[in-house]
Amino acid sequence: MPLRWLLAVALLAAVVLAAFASGKFSVAPGELWRAVAARLTGAQSGLPAAVETVVWSIRLPRVAAGLLVGMALAAAGAAYQGMFRNPLVSPDILGVSAGAGLGAVVAIYLGLPIAAVQALAFAGGLLAVGAVLAVAGLVRRHDPVLVLVLAGVAVGALLGDPMAQLPTITFWLLGGLNAVTPADLAATAPALLAGLVPMALLRWRINLLGLPDEEALALGVAVGRLRLVLVAAATLATAAAVSLTGIIGWVGLVVPHVARLLVGPEFSRLLPASLLLGGGFLVAADTLARTVAPIEVPLGILTALVGAPFFLFLLARSGGRE
Amino acid sequence: MSAVLQAQALSIGHGRRCVAQGLAFALAPGEVLCLLGANGSGKTTLLRTLLGLLPPLAGEVRCSGQDVAAWPRAAFARHVGYVPQAHAGLFPFTVEDVVLMGRAARVGRFSAPGAADRQVARRCLEMLGIAHLRASVYTAISGGERQLALIARALAQEPALLVMDEPTASLDFGNQIRVLEHIERLRAGGMAVLMTTHQPEHALRIADRIALLGGGRLVAIGAPRATATPAALAALYGVSESAVAASLSPFLDRMTA
Repeated sequence: MPLRWLLAVALLAAVVLAAFASGKFSVAPGELWRAVAARLTGAQSGLPAAVETVVWSIRLPRVAAGLLVGMALAAAGAAYQGMFRNPLVSPDILGVSAGAGLGAVVAIYLGLPIAAVQALAFAGGLLAVGAVLAVAGLVRRHDPVLVLVLAGVAVGALLGDPMAQLPTITFWLLGGLNAVTPADLAATAPALLAGLVPMALLRWRINLLGLPDEEALALGVAVGRLRLVLVAAATLATAAAVSLTGIIGWVGLVVPHVARLLVGPEFSRLLPASLLLGGGFLVAADTLARTVAPIEVPLGILTALVGAPFFLFLLARSGGRE
Repeated sequence: MSAVLQAQALSIGHGRRCVAQGLAFALAPGEVLCLLGANGSGKTTLLRTLLGLLPPLAGEVRCSGQDVAAWPRAAFARHVGYVPQAHAGLFPFTVEDVVLMGRAARVGRFSAPGAADRQVARRCLEMLGIAHLRASVYTAISGGERQLALIARALAQEPALLVMDEPTASLDFGNQIRVLEHIERLRAGGMAVLMTTHQPEHALRIADRIALLGGGRLVAIGAPRATATPAALAALYGVSESAVAASLSPFLDRMTA
């Protein structure tokens, strides 16, 4: 078991290194090593200024944002799936991303500072997940798995459509890491971590929310409070991710499923696996987005290309089981 | 003697609708109490109220001499284990993962079960003779094995009392007998058990006392043979006494022999 985790971490490190090295301005591994070593020891690297700029001012914020956002979306997806007992939900399918996006767009439109963008994104995300749960509660008699998905799609469309009218904002809504500045990253990282840390700490308890509520209560779990904390944490992580990079879809759905295939459904293993895979997947996808074509492919399109067929596959499989 | 669980002047029901009232009884350590009643008589409502999942309409539930309404959930879970009817579950957890969930009230809020908890889980699995299923996927084992896994999960809570909701329902004949034997073994170890059942012959076989719930009250509670008489069962289930006698006589003969 530890060997597999070491392998996963090594793979993630390789993806990160490749992301640093490749792009329009490629950095040789030796140069990268010298730049990092110089930073660590405080000595002069002797590298051209252009290389230093690319590594520290362009690639570092981008790769760090990719790691954090990928981790946040994947962990939030895994947590939502566990606590709503529904393997088909994710931040985007529940409409949380759209709600957070609407909040962020309103704040950006009003010219508010980044803290207000995050706060409105968080409020929008909470509003969306609250609305989805309320709708799902109203039509409790139907298949709960499908109701949650459909309610999420409806709420997402409701909150997402007004934004789609604005062409300039539409590109941003596709999501991407190209516009991330070190200042944005520094301003958003605390909110991302504030969402990620509770999920990581409570990861074993997410298992218990997969039980019927009465059973979890009888096992001594304060179900209502635990679910509230986790919804808030997952929504905060999603909102922070959205306010940093726009809406990057599908990561929160696909990554937890792949992680489940690799390490099983038990959350004290599933959550770390989702973090590693989510970070690695988004950094890899972003590296592809900026290297495969002469112009940059929007990252959201790449993740959708992987995610949408995967979602259809899951739907078909869950339908076939019954 | 301090009762493991005690109901005092308890009224149960949902919202304003009272299902039964004036319920009073107590369970001693190592005692098996079987609850019989027709469909809709309030057996499940009573269990849910005793477990603190429904607030009592009146009266109180006491454990070790204290009203449990004020207890935190975790404290109650260390005292009373609940065995629901076996269900399929959603995510394909292993049997060991399922049993470890019984440790929820005994591990720190931010931690996962450790080596000592795994030891407890293993012991509980061994006690029920399903140690070989430890790594099996819970959603893929048989209904009887799931029921045993859920009993193991409740045992992992290390409670003084097990509350079991129709533990033999939907099990085949052999598995019903196996579950009853396990309950007898647990009683020998000092565990108190409160269970509902639709099969009077099961109650007659393992109960120390039988309680009859009907017409919104506790009709009778006492020694099995004196309480679950053909006449009492006939009245409880609304069938003729001769029909009850005909259905139960083979068992009664065996028990008197």
